[in-house]
Amino acid sequence: MSLRAELRDSQREISRFQLRLAVGIGFVLVLFGILLVRFLYLQVVRHDYYDTLAENNRISLVPIVPNRGLILDRNGVVLAHNFSGYTLEITPSKVADLEATINELATLVEIAPRDRRRFKKLMAERRNFETLIIRNKLSDEEVARFAAQQFRFPGVEIKARLFRDYPYGEAMAHMLGYIGRINQKDADRLEEQEVAANYRGTDYIGKTGLEQFYENELHGTTGFEQVEVDSSGRAIRLLSRTAPVSGNTLMLSVDAKLQEVAVQAFGNYRGALVAIDPANGEVLAFVSKPGFDPSLFIDGIDPQSWDELNNSPDTPLNNRALRGQYPPGSTIKPFMALTGLHFQTRAPSRTISDPGYYTLPGSAHRYRDWKKDGHGSVDLFKSIVVSCDTYYYGLATELGIDRIFSYLSEFGFGKKTGIDIEGESAGLLPSQEWKAKRFKQKWYAGDTVSVGIGQGYNLVTPMQLAVATAALANNGAVYQPHLVREVRSLGNQKVRRIPQVKMFDAQVPAEHQELVRRAMIAVTQPGGTAVLASAGAPYAIAGKTGTAQVIGIKQGASYNEGSVAERYRDHAWFIAYAPAEQPKIALVVLAENGGHGGGTAAPIARKVMDYYLLGKLPDAPLTAPADAEAEND
Amino acid sequence: MTRRQLWQRFNAHLDQPLLIGILLLLLISLLVLFSADNANVDQALKQLVNIGVAFALMWLVANLPLHYLMRSAVPIYLLGLALLLGVALFGEISHGARRWLNIGIATIQPSELMKIGVPLMMAWYFEKYEASLGLRHCIVAAVLLLVPVALIARQPDLGTALLIAASGFYVLFLAGLSWKIIAGLFVSALASAPVLWSMMHDYQRHRILMLFDPSQDALGKGYHTIQATIAVGSGGLLGKGYLNGTQGRLDFLPERTTDFIFAVYAEEFGLIGNLVLLGVYLYVIGRGFVITANASTYFTRLMAGSITLTFATYAFVNMGMVSGILPVVGVPLPLVSYGGTSMLTLLLGFGILMSIETHKKLVQT
Repeated sequence: MSLRAELRDSQREISRFQLRLAVGIGFVLVLFGILLVRFLYLQVVRHDYYDTLAENNRISLVPIVPNRGLILDRNGVVLAHNFSGYTLEITPSKVADLEATINELATLVEIAPRDRRRFKKLMAERRNFETLIIRNKLSDEEVARFAAQQFRFPGVEIKARLFRDYPYGEAMAHMLGYIGRINQKDADRLEEQEVAANYRGTDYIGKTGLEQFYENELHGTTGFEQVEVDSSGRAIRLLSRTAPVSGNTLMLSVDAKLQEVAVQAFGNYRGALVAIDPANGEVLAFVSKPGFDPSLFIDGIDPQSWDELNNSPDTPLNNRALRGQYPPGSTIKPFMALTGLHFQTRAPSRTISDPGYYTLPGSAHRYRDWKKDGHGSVDLFKSIVVSCDTYYYGLATELGIDRIFSYLSEFGFGKKTGIDIEGESAGLLPSQEWKAKRFKQKWYAGDTVSVGIGQGYNLVTPMQLAVATAALANNGAVYQPHLVREVRSLGNQKVRRIPQVKMFDAQVPAEHQELVRRAMIAVTQPGGTAVLASAGAPYAIAGKTGTAQVIGIKQGASYNEGSVAERYRDHAWFIAYAPAEQPKIALVVLAENGGHGGGTAAPIARKVMDYYLLGKLPDAPLTAPADAEAEND
Repeated sequence: MTRRQLWQRFNAHLDQPLLIGILLLLLISLLVLFSADNANVDQALKQLVNIGVAFALMWLVANLPLHYLMRSAVPIYLLGLALLLGVALFGEISHGARRWLNIGIATIQPSELMKIGVPLMMAWYFEKYEASLGLRHCIVAAVLLLVPVALIARQPDLGTALLIAASGFYVLFLAGLSWKIIAGLFVSALASAPVLWSMMHDYQRHRILMLFDPSQDALGKGYHTIQATIAVGSGGLLGKGYLNGTQGRLDFLPERTTDFIFAVYAEEFGLIGNLVLLGVYLYVIGRGFVITANASTYFTRLMAGSITLTFATYAFVNMGMVSGILPVVGVPLPLVSYGGTSMLTLLLGFGILMSIETHKKLVQT
């Protein structure tokens, strides 16, 4: 190869190389062009999107749970409050051997069998990456002992929590209700109501009673801290803080002391008591006996305690005042009397002759009076004083069920009172329509007869009867009862007063009112059925006794209290208001299996009235049902 | 010798324009490392040591006449190949891959050596048979390339294998591999994709799948890509400012001093910063091309061209991977990511470039 050829070759090779190099340069420019486009896309076009993602990464909202509102009685006595305490909590997912860990822990802090059972139940209910309480309300000493050994217990920690405390325990349980851990159902409901965000970080929610009804007031507004966090969620610094707003305070119309007096007055009786200010429907006392310890429910009740409560023959979980439905018995009579007067079916002066029984025209069936030999000549006044059944059998028959239904409805019978606790029963005020619907039967004349003495189909709740009694004291004006008087913000500024709502007005004329009042006063005087109620009282009491049958008595048989097992004895009613001329309190007492109203229920009512009107504390509570005086009503 | 003479002697074989570009990138590296290490100087200082060692090597190589380099091509390649075989037989397993070889005094990663060894060997081969570039030579060159690539790929280290394959391919390409063969290679690469797929390890497949939908595994394998993309995108036009990148400072970015350092940079300096960085890279690459174009021998042209193109590929692959258009393949951002080995390899390459540039007159005369 000549040098020239070699040079030419070399020249060709160089130019070929340069072409290739140019392609290479172009290739690099394309690659970098791709990068440039990508950067433009990410950093300009989609910048906002990625910026949001970065901020979401960076900023975490930490909820600050507000303090739950207090519940105070009408005088400011604390009925429900919060205190801070320590709980020992386990995250099951972080613990290898739970049983061994709990046994180990038991050597440091006391862990009762009840705590273990509750823990097991919580385990079954919840996902195991949540922390579950094994012990609450640790003492300072226990906290210190655990803290020193904490390194031995991965997945176990002490947390400071606010606890709800109910100083009155059982006595208020049915009224205040309780809070409990938010479960899936609660969470779904909160989601539905679109308040779930406000419950971030909140563990508890009102489950029953006022705690439930006024949940929105009591909960408060959750605050938030905006915290910068790193990728492991550790807080690096605080960016901003929105303080929580504590829940509002509920000021009740209930008088705690009065409530206590009422609970004590029941002694061993089961039953219910509702006292109302007739002028405005404010509830002064709300008792359902027996009660239960509300604190058991807060962190989930252990199965054994639950079984005990749930299977007890005393049904302590049953809110008798609100949900207990009983025949009103003779307490219906003053209302029946007013019905008779209203429709001018019975003039006050008209008397009937009571042979001890009543028969419908053309029938041989005897509707017996409670007094075998009858009350003789009875007018309206006397019919209430002696609680004459025969008088009301006849009156009911003459009125007819339609008129009875329409007028008693005006007192709120057969309807929910609308009190500020959920789960109320409506009772039952029977009508032709109701019977047709319920039993697909026509209404018989005999049905009306028993309605007249409150032993037919009709059922009332103590709450309902109390509201009606308050109306009786207040010329027939029926106010919606309420337990809460005022809702206050934490600074104690009044937020709002619960309004008085007049639900019905039976518009009892003064002379009717006066007649029935006098008769009811006479009930508590010698010769009446409730002498015990007012013996020695410096104020006049208008009252009426009643008996709600627990078992039916066969025709011709007689009811002998002594021979009937205690649980099958009749329930005793007593309704009253006082002072009779200027009523400040209207109340209902139901003593289950108390026999008759005058003997057991009336003395309970008297103690409550004495305290409320005179500030007088009772000397000693009633003791046993056996002490009840064998007077009939 | 006067001090001035000493300085001249020192500088004689350092290509100033290239040096300036390299120094700029290293400066960026130290600045970003400081930020990526949570305003801690530790990593930056260690990187400074790496730079010092690598610089000494670069200086040495730059001063080495080219025939030494040519003569060392075969021994380096064979040594590299032997070490790769050693790795395959006796290598240490770390993170599920057999990449390291314990040679008594230290553990080394032979694939790094082959980043230089493969193009060097191929350039030497083509120089030797310059006159007659036939199909036979292309096949031999392909074998020279594919044996080490296959060994590295089965370590497994797919990223490095592909990059070494690229550097070898660049030599082939610049040597004048016919366009038909290139097209054939391209088609067969596409055709063999399913075969390759079946040979891949699960994590490799996963990385490729992640590219298409990183959100599928947001907290697992897709996490790197998602967080890096968020960092880049949230940087915006001007960036969040030096030391103010939240994704980096708050630990959302993984491996942020090494493979993902670009995300830290892009978050804090934004699009403007990215343009600057691309500019500096293009400057270095451009200088590399100038050196390539001026190179006096066939061997040096191929070598310089391959080194430059490979460097550009590294930069593209890393930034593409961090910004979510390429799979996560474990390639550092050249000269910026923390790491002694890659620094050494890269500056060795630049030493060769400088040697090519500064020794050409000697060859010509």
